[in-house]
Amino acid sequence: MNAIEASHIRKCFGSVTAVDDVSLGVREGEIFGFLGPNGAGKTTSTRILTGIIPPDSGSAAVLGHDIRTAALLAKQEFGVVPETSNAYVDLTAWQNLMLIGELYGLSRARAARRSSDLLATLGLLERKDQKVYAYSKGMKQRLILAMALIHEPRLLFLDEPTSGLDVQSTQMILAMLREMNREGTTIFLTTHNMEEANRLCHRVAIIRGGRLIAVDAPEKIRTAVESVHRIEVSFDREVAGEALAALPGVTGVTRIGDKWELTAEKKDTVILSLADFSRQNHAAVVTLNTLAPSLDDAFLRLTREASP
Amino acid sequence: MNPAALPEQLRRAWAVAKKDIRLYYAKNSVLIFGVLMPVFLFLAFFMGSRQLPLAFLLPGLVGVTLLFTATAISPAIFSWEGRHGTLERLVSCPVMVEAIVLGDMIASTLFGIGITIITVFIALALALPLLHGITMIASVLLAACCFSAIGMLLSVPPTNEPSTPMMLSFLIKFPLIFISGIFVPLEELPSWGLALADCSPLTYFTDLVRYSFTGEHFFPVIADFLILGVLTLVFTAGTMYLHKRTLPERI
Repeated sequence: MNAIEASHIRKCFGSVTAVDDVSLGVREGEIFGFLGPNGAGKTTSTRILTGIIPPDSGSAAVLGHDIRTAALLAKQEFGVVPETSNAYVDLTAWQNLMLIGELYGLSRARAARRSSDLLATLGLLERKDQKVYAYSKGMKQRLILAMALIHEPRLLFLDEPTSGLDVQSTQMILAMLREMNREGTTIFLTTHNMEEANRLCHRVAIIRGGRLIAVDAPEKIRTAVESVHRIEVSFDREVAGEALAALPGVTGVTRIGDKWELTAEKKDTVILSLADFSRQNHAAVVTLNTLAPSLDDAFLRLTREASP
Repeated sequence: MNPAALPEQLRRAWAVAKKDIRLYYAKNSVLIFGVLMPVFLFLAFFMGSRQLPLAFLLPGLVGVTLLFTATAISPAIFSWEGRHGTLERLVSCPVMVEAIVLGDMIASTLFGIGITIITVFIALALALPLLHGITMIASVLLAACCFSAIGMLLSVPPTNEPSTPMMLSFLIKFPLIFISGIFVPLEELPSWGLALADCSPLTYFTDLVRYSFTGEHFFPVIADFLILGVLTLVFTAGTMYLHKRTLPERI
């Protein structure tokens, strides 16, 4: 069973279509990245999936519960770090956590135990009785994450959780997400940060103008956008360019300094050919790099192609 | 645990109420418009209407106090929370919109009751006898619920600017004071004035308070309770329904 199953969801605000026929499935236990430029429909989609706003049409089931007809049952089992959310700044961190604990129906003892554990893990325990308005942005965001985790959710939605944070807070949050995922928590991560998505997510979806334009593993998306692959290679002795050009699968050869850049339609064929070439010519390979586009490149290309 | 079960939602509504009590009771605007405003309003009339006996004016003070205090917080909570980004946090929890509204109403109701009790004691200290204590208690409880529901109704327009519902609230509260037999006895109102008074829940509450203190009343006591009860139910159901509809527009 998928943790999230969205089917043809659509949401309009006046004449603007924010989410247009989006369907996606998020498997249990995976970290799923949801990427898109500003105004692409990421936050609206997340709000629909978390039952905060209803879709105009389509359906979504989260952890097996229909988000329109059984939103409370679904919400009870997942946690949310909303994009624009804040903690209550006139309450202490402890009071914020105890309030959320009560809203999830936790007993006082369990809420207190979880609050202590989470505050300790996130480095906030010593300042638990301080009002939140005195917290830095990073501390607030760590507290908001703790608030989303107090009931030990099976699924966590995060909308730009590390946006604008210092390195220490970012690393702490990302490490915690990895740890939670190792323990089985499914994570739905909305982010602008390609590097973060590339390092963290098992699969990503890219949304543009309210429509999904790609859903796959980051590595596959990166390579899929480039139909011609580039391979950079260098040997411990001089080799002839013509010999490289004649290798199976190679469509072009360019000399760049002491290296050769080969172009190919199938990079695995060329890599195998290079290995044979190296053996037969006693020319040891010094470097071998596949120059696939970065996720940033893929994202820019995909979103540019999909723009109206 | 079924989060949708009524006892669970009531428990969560109480959590919302406790949060409101911590956050909003000590807000300057609540103290100024909820406490100081009715006091000064009453003093102005008290000084300028020396021909009216204290036994008439003090029930009016109780009425005005409850109206202002029970509507001091409720109109602005949704706007405050929407503005500070905490409403989305609240809505993402397994709490029905009705429970959030109920929690806000409870906080508002308790604030109204707490301050109004002080004015009742002031009336007692000024040698006004309390002839019908149970009627007083029941009417304060019922009217506090009714007024806090009115306050919540005023916050239905989906704005995250707290001054908007507060201004709307004053546009409604002041006319209510003048048509509800607070400073002008109902007996002295013209027929059109009486027709307006019939529409105001404050009329029935003030009538009950006056009955509690002096034994005199304009409407039958049972009618006062019935009408207040029906209005409370209508306003509460109305505000819950409307908030549920407008909430997505606030986020």
